[in-house]
Amino acid sequence: MNQNDGGKAGAGQANDEPVPAMQRVLDNPFLLLFLGITVPAVFYIIWGVMEIANIPIGR
Amino acid sequence: MKPLFRTCPKSGLVLHRDAENLIKANAVAAVVFLAVGGLLGLLVALTRWPSVHLLDAQRFYQVLTGHGVVTLLVWVIFFEIAVLYFCSAVLLRCRIAMPRVAWTAFVLMLVGAAITAVAIIQGGSSVMMTSYVPMPASPLFYLGLILFAVGALIGCFIFLGTLVIARDERTYEGSIPLVTFGALSACIIAIFTIASGAIILIPTFLWSVGYIGSVDPLMYRVIWWAMGHSSQQINVAAHVSVWYAIAAIVFGAKPLSEKVSRGAFLLYILFINLASAHHLLVDPGVGSEWKIFNTSYAMYLAVLASLVHGLTVPGSIEVAQRKKGLNGGLFEWLRKAPWGNPVFSGMFLSLVGFGFIGGISGVVMGVEQINFLVHNTIYVPGHFHGTVAIGTTLAFMALSFWLVPILFRRELIWPGLAKWQPWLFGIGTALQAFFMMGAGTLGVSRRHWDIAFTDALFDWAYSGLAYTMMALNGMSALMAVTGGLLFVLIMVGTIFFGRPSGVPAEYSAQRPATLLPPAPETGGHAGIGMGWLVAPGTFVLAMFLLVIFVVYYVINYAYLASLWKIS
Repeated sequence: MNQNDGGKAGAGQANDEPVPAMQRVLDNPFLLLFLGITVPAVFYIIWGVMEIANIPIGR
Repeated sequence: MKPLFRTCPKSGLVLHRDAENLIKANAVAAVVFLAVGGLLGLLVALTRWPSVHLLDAQRFYQVLTGHGVVTLLVWVIFFEIAVLYFCSAVLLRCRIAMPRVAWTAFVLMLVGAAITAVAIIQGGSSVMMTSYVPMPASPLFYLGLILFAVGALIGCFIFLGTLVIARDERTYEGSIPLVTFGALSACIIAIFTIASGAIILIPTFLWSVGYIGSVDPLMYRVIWWAMGHSSQQINVAAHVSVWYAIAAIVFGAKPLSEKVSRGAFLLYILFINLASAHHLLVDPGVGSEWKIFNTSYAMYLAVLASLVHGLTVPGSIEVAQRKKGLNGGLFEWLRKAPWGNPVFSGMFLSLVGFGFIGGISGVVMGVEQINFLVHNTIYVPGHFHGTVAIGTTLAFMALSFWLVPILFRRELIWPGLAKWQPWLFGIGTALQAFFMMGAGTLGVSRRHWDIAFTDALFDWAYSGLAYTMMALNGMSALMAVTGGLLFVLIMVGTIFFGRPSGVPAEYSAQRPATLLPPAPETGGHAGIGMGWLVAPGTFVLAMFLLVIFVVYYVINYAYLASLWKIS
């Protein structure tokens, strides 16, 4: 796989354009890691565990 | 400075010596476990073939436990660690982070898998992969899984550390390549998966050795499935990354839109892990709101991501083929694709099988009402043979046909047989998935040794068609396992007996050239496609998938209505 196909063009590009906000998010692996853990932890685990914990105990 | 990097003259890949050795070790371990898991799977299928009924009940559950653990966890995760190292150190042309720690992780995974295997072989841990409490397994069973998970977790952090090294040492410009971004999404999904596994398996281990009195079964199921199902979502993100890589390798294809593809991977990161709730659709302890929100992957956003990848990967191939002159009609690009190249045929069969079999069945079965029809039937293994065996395993096999000769610097042995391997494995597994789903729709239970219910207190007989389906499943398994065996033999044969290819490896201490971002498209897509569509063939295929999806959905609701009559 040639990863360098665009070498010439890429090197010649002006680099002074501001990086879009969404690209900054996608370029930050640790922010993505935080989001990727938090969303399922809240919606699946915490919400699910709270529902189970609220089941009345039979006597 | 020690020589560290070599450049592969064939592929142009730059390989860091430590990364190369780690990729080799993890990939070889993966293939060994695939061989073991595949053979155990054959024993399961032959036992569920009613007229063969190979194993006795005790041995069947033991073998089924081994098959589940080895194929659904060990084989795929070993290979995924190899993919993570490849997508970071190799694609970003940098050194791998903390190679000694990475070797420790490898040893932990190997020792963990071995310990769990011993526990299963000893016979006291035939608890299936799910190991639902209060059904007890040997403490070694849980301990092995915990060690394996810790090793895999370290592997994930080695991947993240390597990304940091590449960024700090400026080995690439711009954003990381799309394939590496896909691997990052797999890594994040893996970290959530492993953390969930730790949350539930550590107390279960302590329960098994007597330090904890009990583990709540419902709580166990909720948290265990955050590991059990999410581990299969690592596969999805990893094999989609492999599809993009193979499209680039074989055709020089560029994604139709990097932004859209990255956005789709982001949807995976955010929502794909919610789908674990599919397994709890008949559990009474969690409410409908929780079930509906989670089983819909947050209102189908992660499904949308898969549809995007399913459109953009073949779309990028179509555009690349049309630009090479294969621009006639709707499907000349596909008809004249290199179907004899196992790298392409494996990848394309994986894509089609994952979409049409695994994907459609998974989403339809995840609807709460329809799920009543097939919950805990053999339909479920039918579905995940469509996702894990066709989607993931076949994609990993296809990548191996390209990567193993590069890593080991040897020619592939038996190229003639290698052409047939993806077809044997892909068609065999697809038929298995169909027949299991068919039998499941007729009510045949999963994980059951004897569908005749011999000696049961109450009579119950499945239809003759169900028996036929199970027999056809066994025959299809023979075909799939032949394909799998062929893959293992070709890989092992290439490593040990393949003809050395090219010049001997020369490692250099010189830092590789910086990886530059791809050039912007020049000339656009003028002159290709039909009308306003640059990839009309892919569009037609996507519409066909959508139609099948809708028809299958409606058929299932009609079936539900016929079983559950409302007066």
